[in-house]
Amino acid sequence: MDRLDQLESQSIYIFREAFNRIENIAMLWSLGKDSNVMIWLARKAFLGHVPFPVMHVDTERKFPEMYEFRDRYADEWGLNFIRELCPPLESTDDTLPPAARSAARKTEGLKLAIKKHGFNALFAGIRRDEEATRAKERVFSPRGLAGQWDFKDQPPEFWDQYKTDFPPGTHIRVHPLLHWTEIDIWLYTQREQIPTIPLYFSKDGLRYRSLGDKDITNPVKSLASNIPEIIEELRTTKVSERSGRAMDHESEDAFERLRADGYL
Amino acid sequence: MTDATLLATADTPDAIANLRDLMRIVIVGHVDHGKSTLVGRLFHDTGSLPDGRYEAIKAQSDKRGVTFEWAFLMDALQAERDQGITIDTSQIWFKTEERDYTIIDAPGHKEFLKNMITGAAQSDAALLIIDAHEGVQEQSKRHGYLLHLMGIRQIAVAVNKMDLAGYDQKKFDAIETEYRAYLKSIGVTPTFIIPVSAREGDNIVTPSKAMSWYKGPTVVKALDSFVSGTPTTESPLRLPVQDVYKFDQRRIIAGRIDSGRIAVGDQIIFSPSNKSARVKTIEYWSTIPGAKQPTESEAGYSVGITLDEQIFVERGEIASHIDTAPVETDVFRARIFWLGHEPMTVGKAYKLKLGTLEAQVTVQSIERIIDTSDLSSTGIQQVERNQVAEIVLRARRMLALDSFVDYPATGRFVLVEKFDIAGGGIISMEGYADQRDAITARGTNITRAAHTITNEARAFRNGHKGGVLWFTGLSGAGKSTLAMALEKRLFDKGFNVYVLDGDNVRHGLNANLSFSPEDRAENIRRVGEVAALFERAGTLAITAFISPYRSDRDRAREAAGDGFHEIYVKADVATCESRDPKGLYAKARSGEIKDFTGISAPYEAPESPHLVIDTATTSLDDCLDELVRYVEAKFKV
Repeated sequence: MDRLDQLESQSIYIFREAFNRIENIAMLWSLGKDSNVMIWLARKAFLGHVPFPVMHVDTERKFPEMYEFRDRYADEWGLNFIRELCPPLESTDDTLPPAARSAARKTEGLKLAIKKHGFNALFAGIRRDEEATRAKERVFSPRGLAGQWDFKDQPPEFWDQYKTDFPPGTHIRVHPLLHWTEIDIWLYTQREQIPTIPLYFSKDGLRYRSLGDKDITNPVKSLASNIPEIIEELRTTKVSERSGRAMDHESEDAFERLRADGYL
Repeated sequence: MTDATLLATADTPDAIANLRDLMRIVIVGHVDHGKSTLVGRLFHDTGSLPDGRYEAIKAQSDKRGVTFEWAFLMDALQAERDQGITIDTSQIWFKTEERDYTIIDAPGHKEFLKNMITGAAQSDAALLIIDAHEGVQEQSKRHGYLLHLMGIRQIAVAVNKMDLAGYDQKKFDAIETEYRAYLKSIGVTPTFIIPVSAREGDNIVTPSKAMSWYKGPTVVKALDSFVSGTPTTESPLRLPVQDVYKFDQRRIIAGRIDSGRIAVGDQIIFSPSNKSARVKTIEYWSTIPGAKQPTESEAGYSVGITLDEQIFVERGEIASHIDTAPVETDVFRARIFWLGHEPMTVGKAYKLKLGTLEAQVTVQSIERIIDTSDLSSTGIQQVERNQVAEIVLRARRMLALDSFVDYPATGRFVLVEKFDIAGGGIISMEGYADQRDAITARGTNITRAAHTITNEARAFRNGHKGGVLWFTGLSGAGKSTLAMALEKRLFDKGFNVYVLDGDNVRHGLNANLSFSPEDRAENIRRVGEVAALFERAGTLAITAFISPYRSDRDRAREAAGDGFHEIYVKADVATCESRDPKGLYAKARSGEIKDFTGISAPYEAPESPHLVIDTATTSLDDCLDELVRYVEAKFKV
């Protein structure tokens, strides 16, 4: 059993636990490399099926390549696909820095979508190695009625026993990829031949390591033009994955505040 | 749109062919013993810090007016940085030439035990930090104890701040001796004890010049020598059922193999329902080029299997091979750590989660609270938050489980109170029987024949109903004496009555049974069945057996039905020991007899007996009078 087999098996276990214990669950699909791996792992867990809706919360500011990708594969992979739009920027907290405020739109869109469909839980493809507050996340992460994350008092989680009992009104985020790293995602994408948006590959000396809204996402310097080259690059780089995501860097606690309020 | 499908090229570069091994290390230690500094040093000296991270930490330190604070590397939350304390567990990644590491930071503060457990449970090995200046603290022992309880067997100890201790070998030796002795007392052999200075970088990545007297490995070398946790493919099969899927025409039983191997064609049994079938297929879905449907799988993999016949199987059962099936019991002993806000008390009910199984359990007894610093125990009857204790749990139904030492994954559990995980524990079946044989009916094609004589007709002729007077109590409580005297009194009053006595039955019916927990259970099962036959024949059977386990007595009650009367012959251990008619207590005390009820094995007193006869305070004649009155009231027609 190699490292990818171990990661895969753990993710399958998480998917199956959540699907068994929680009624009315859906998966968030951001169209990026991580959520595509997440769809793959769901198909592994349920032997070819994705037995819950797959939802894209759309800021309408993504790259055209991302929309092309979505429209093609939602159909080709036979997903029960839902698209929900985010509300206008005016509905967000105006004390946040500009890029973070833009990201907060997504949080609002998410809350509205959850309410509209009555989802008790969502699968989200975040990873611990992306960012320091995500490193403190639980696999089953309860949220308050307004979607907020109480990071100071998280439930214990050990021996693959997740929190599966909740008072009514609790919303749960389930994180099947929490234990994966960026390099694992690419190794797995390569092994499983998972389709990928070309923005990740170098063009004119630049590539995107992480995809978000086009106005607040910047490419990094890179010559990696295919997956093996990306893996080689990641083995030696000292640039953090989300360095191109403006909202993380506007102030010391910008991202922490976003997450406490319900951002992924 | 062809670009979007840009599939990987067919050639496999080295980067992918050589998947690096991943090792997860938890770092624990008393607050201020230098955990964060050590992690920071580890990252800095191995060149693992991301660009700009050093500068960011410096800025965060300056902003708070403190000197460079390595703790900010792991303490991601604003509150953690402001209060200078690690609240929740965190993870960070670095690599050595050997392999990749996930470093798990576990909060040292006692108040955040739940977060420490959360961090420790994800690791393959542990690095425990002790301050050379402060020496072995209560928390150092507590952490060592908890790591062992969690099942972590690879532990390295870093004795930090050696620079402040003048790099003095004597100081190090004293700490090493003290801590080794403690670890040995809880059954842990630490792999390495290393003198370090995290601040100065001694023995972290590079060997210390200031401590040339130390000949062992550096911290990094010690970590590299640990082996990553590989699932146990060589143990017998344990496959807990997670779910049953019917998305299409296939009926797939899904679960992860905790240990052992499974292959198409294997005959497997599901416990505790004890249904059996053969593995027909191992299902799969894959896009790996050239992938084939597997015919076997092993520990670690999440699988989906189909069976050759349609049997009803549900989540929570454990699949195994027939001759190596898990224990079946409704009572077990456990060592637990308690995280609940409310204390655990005897009689309280919780939801048990063991693997994929959920069941209601009640705390039958709290055996002892363990002080993790000196391993002493107190007789206090409740377990407070953050305490460690030994308890006995009882379920309302039969459970399939294992002892933790044999099968870690199916031998541990959590307890849920209301909505929260309030504790965790590991199982020991010491002193308790595997009840599998007692509940397994081997015969098939059996039909009960109908009698033509009714119970009423028998009772009319005898003048009394048939029944079972089940005496239970400690050895020396007076069961046999009372039983024989009662038999005589009732016989004289015209009752058809007969005593089944422990020693007598073991000369014949049960001559092939030993005194192991399983054979003691079988002994009682047979007596229960025989007593039930006496009852149906219209006779009054009096049984005189210690019968210490509730589960066994419950089965006897089930065999006999309405005519079963449980009579608790009560006398405390001290009284019984002073009588000691057969000299058994003396032998048990000297260790000549093992598993002796009341001394070295449990006695589970009846919860609601029909009658209590207290032989410690009541004379034999008065006891007999009470029994005769009871029998006449209940059985005469």
